[in-house]
Amino acid sequence: MSLLNFLSRRRSAPVARERLQILLAHERAVHGHRDLVAILQEEILAVIAKHMAIEREKVQVKLDRGKSTSTLEIDIEMPDLAQAAAAARH
Amino acid sequence: MAKILVVTSGKGGVGKTTSTASLGAALAQSGQRVVVVDFDVGLRNLDLVMGAERRVVFDLINVVQGDAKLAQALIRDKRVDTLSLLPASQTRDKDALTEEGVAKVLAELREKFDWIICDSPAGIEKGATLAMYNADAAVVVTNPEVSSVRDSDRIIGLLDSKTKRAEKGERMEKHLLLTRYDTARAARGEMLKTDDVLEILSIPLLGIIPESEEVLRASNIGAPITLSNPASAAGRAYFDAAKRLRGEDIPMTVPVERRGLMGKLFGRRVA
Ligand SMILES: Nc1ncnc2c1ncn2[C@@H]1O[C@H](COP(=O)(O)OP(=O)(O)O)[C@@H](O)[C@H]1O
Ligand SMILES: [Mg+2]
Repeated sequence: MSLLNFLSRRRSAPVARERLQILLAHERAVHGHRDLVAILQEEILAVIAKHMAIEREKVQVKLDRGKSTSTLEIDIEMPDLAQAAAAARH
Repeated sequence: MAKILVVTSGKGGVGKTTSTASLGAALAQSGQRVVVVDFDVGLRNLDLVMGAERRVVFDLINVVQGDAKLAQALIRDKRVDTLSLLPASQTRDKDALTEEGVAKVLAELREKFDWIICDSPAGIEKGATLAMYNADAAVVVTNPEVSSVRDSDRIIGLLDSKTKRAEKGERMEKHLLLTRYDTARAARGEMLKTDDVLEILSIPLLGIIPESEEVLRASNIGAPITLSNPASAAGRAYFDAAKRLRGEDIPMTVPVERRGLMGKLFGRRVA
């Protein structure tokens, strides 16, 4: 066995990592969007936070998966606009 | 407020039962009121790992079906008095557990304990989804190995869709517990590294439990490792993970075995 062969035989972890990344990208697409709700909530929060102070709990995202259609429900409880805008400016 | 924690993984044999017992004991040792609940109906093992197998009279299914009161089924640990066990049934089949029945028992447990730790069966079927359904947080137990990582990814997907929290549009708190970790082999590139697993699964790390003979020894004698050998590498790793669960900010390390004089003389612990 050559030295190169010997080394590449031992370092199998990088191969494992690459195979997993490819496989899981595929499986996540098949089994549904992992964390989609969480990602949406974070991003919506971030967009609102650019313009006004808002508490995390005030943004609720709900995903209902049906057989033929799915619905996405986004519920944002707005703070007192004048107050929040003032807080964000400071 | 009581917190329901599910210890889950998809794959079997990765260390869920060991971790339920060790985290539960570690939290109880710090004064928290803890109950560990075995959801592995038909294949119960938590009683054995906790050293309570001869004290089981009633189980979770008896309580769910109203054949026993919760207080009759709970087994108080003889070493730590804030620690209790609710065993699974060994004989009944898992269809005896219903979603409503489980929810009722968990609600009752919430009154009595600070932590309710549910040891999930392997798989992604009913048993596993029942164990996770009411949870506030999840510990995803993963070994640094391809099939375990893949199954954990699948379980994370279920935690984000098949739980009460997910259905209500609330966020499920998820923690990665990397177990049976061999630092030397990871460094040689023979085993996935912590960073590889973290990058792939992208949930926060709760702890790294080293592969250790002491874990086997602990289960042989029926004592969680945080009780039988708190100074061992795995014992310390579980204590750190329990502190992180309580919100403490502990630097992440992989503890290594400290060798005392006897250990140096004989090369290994005399069991
Ligand atoms: N850190 C560890 N080091 C060595 N052996 C371990 C470790 N964690 C778990 N084990 C062993 O692995 C086996 C499976 O563990 P268990 O907790 O029963 O897994 P699960 O509940 O996920 O099926 C047991 O024999 C246990 O003693
Ligand atoms: Mg188990």
